Amino acid sequence: MSAHAGGYSADPRIRPVEWLPWIVALAAFFVLPEYLSLGARILIYVLYALSLDLIVGYAGIITLGHSAYFGLGAYVAGILAAKTGISDPLLQLAAAAAAGALLGLVTGAIILRTRALTLLMLTLAITSVLLEIANKASWLTGGADGLSGVVVAPVLGLFKFDIFGKTAYLYCLVVLLVGWWLVRKMIYSPFGTSLRGMRENSLRMHAIGAPVYWRLVLVYTVSATIAGVAGGLITQTNQFVGLNVLSFESAGELLVMLILGGVGRIYGAFVGPVVYLVAQDMLAKQFPEYWYLGIGTMLVLVVMFARGGILGIVDSLRARLRRKA
Amino acid sequence: MSAALETRALCKSFGALTVAERIDFRLEPGARHALIGPNGAGKTTFVNMLTGVLAPSSGRIVLGDEDITALGQAKRVKLGLGRTFQINALFRRLTVLDNVALAVAERQGVAPKMLRAASAHADVREEGMALLATLGLADDASQRILDLPYGKQRLVEIAIALGLKPRVLLLDEPAAGVPSLESHRILQVLDKLPEEIAILIIEHDMDLVFRFARRITVLVQGEVLVEGTPEEIGRNKRVHQVYLGEQRHG
Repeated sequence: MSAHAGGYSADPRIRPVEWLPWIVALAAFFVLPEYLSLGARILIYVLYALSLDLIVGYAGIITLGHSAYFGLGAYVAGILAAKTGISDPLLQLAAAAAAGALLGLVTGAIILRTRALTLLMLTLAITSVLLEIANKASWLTGGADGLSGVVVAPVLGLFKFDIFGKTAYLYCLVVLLVGWWLVRKMIYSPFGTSLRGMRENSLRMHAIGAPVYWRLVLVYTVSATIAGVAGGLITQTNQFVGLNVLSFESAGELLVMLILGGVGRIYGAFVGPVVYLVAQDMLAKQFPEYWYLGIGTMLVLVVMFARGGILGIVDSLRARLRRKA
Repeated sequence: MSAALETRALCKSFGALTVAERIDFRLEPGARHALIGPNGAGKTTFVNMLTGVLAPSSGRIVLGDEDITALGQAKRVKLGLGRTFQINALFRRLTVLDNVALAVAERQGVAPKMLRAASAHADVREEGMALLATLGLADDASQRILDLPYGKQRLVEIAIALGLKPRVLLLDEPAAGVPSLESHRILQVLDKLPEEIAILIIEHDMDLVFRFARRITVLVQGEVLVEGTPEEIGRNKRVHQVYLGEQRHG
């Protein structure tokens, strides 16, 4: 599960340890049935973080506005369900994915001509503009009151969403599995190696004839598509959409999760949301007013002592053990 | 016979500062040509114009029979123009093999593919490994650049450029920062480069220049001062005055 996966000499086969998250997720389904709602939320955030890792960790695109695509996906699925009567969850997800992709393509084509702070500010601007549009278009989005009345039909006409969250959990798990498989395939492909090349040295990538800009736009679009799907899932599991899905805080929170887990490691996107959301759940119950203090402390510790995130700690421990052996 | 690379009245100015003044330059096919000049002579600016990093203020650049003046960097590379950098421009956290394979994959059109694993493209890997073997880097293929000695990093610079199979190769100070005892290793590598590649080397190490080049152009303050064989340049008094001091070469 170490960083820097992929490359022309990397074995692309799934290693046994890579099945661990899926075993844990399935075990949680049976062992912790009272936490399935939180579990579904975690799975969605893992998918969302995976989409962010693709651009931040692999392509080196910094962003504080990834919630734009997540939020758009959430609203598109919600509007379809609440306003047009399209209740099929897979159709809603497809529409959320398409909306995320389209917005990713258009905005990516504009903002990826810039770099560093300018890029960061533009990503922030995009999500802020979308938030304001959603706020003003209350006839469509419900505005500050949120969009309710989201109807989601049984998955494949067979599996009805239940109040215990069992269907939602398994549904999110399957979608995440597909998302993970796609992202992993991309990272191990020549395109994935080329992304890492652009992250490491875009000047040299230009000098070897790579169309750097178009590749960045492409990966940004893929990432926005996945974020759109994650947004669609959050609407389907909550059966409600609030303005918070488009907020800067949501994007910042996601970045914190990824940093906690470890950037550019695929599985950092799994560990970060689990730690963050479980800690949030526990701390919010114990210290309702001060739970952010706990999260903040955790982040400070990781940034100061474990620059590679929690998985970075695991890596260095393994390296130490290998040296001793 | 058309030149491998040619510039015609190439100029570059930054406001009132002129860094290239009507440079007429011709690199013959298979040439071993050196571009020398004191610091600030405009050598790197000239290379940056040739490769498309900088747009010239006026003049033309012709690669083979094609005018490439208005083309971007990527298109020039596809047409066979490769370069190395004065300061290492490597993919530091990638392995040596991946550094070279990136260039090979780009040339072969494999780089944008997403469906198969990179390692399944055995032709890219094998070509990369063969290239590393010719430069004596095969044993370092799985090392990350970060963990590689500086001298070997300079060789990886050359390996990446060779991975593009260029018709014209621009070497911007390939021995920069390499201790003189190790620079002979760079020279050995340069001597073994395929004859069909036209090479323009920009270098401060005069021993390396005079041993490698069959023709030398001297650039001073953005203008061509003189061009000739190493013997002619070594005898030229103006060159001695502005650049070589009293060293004797050739």
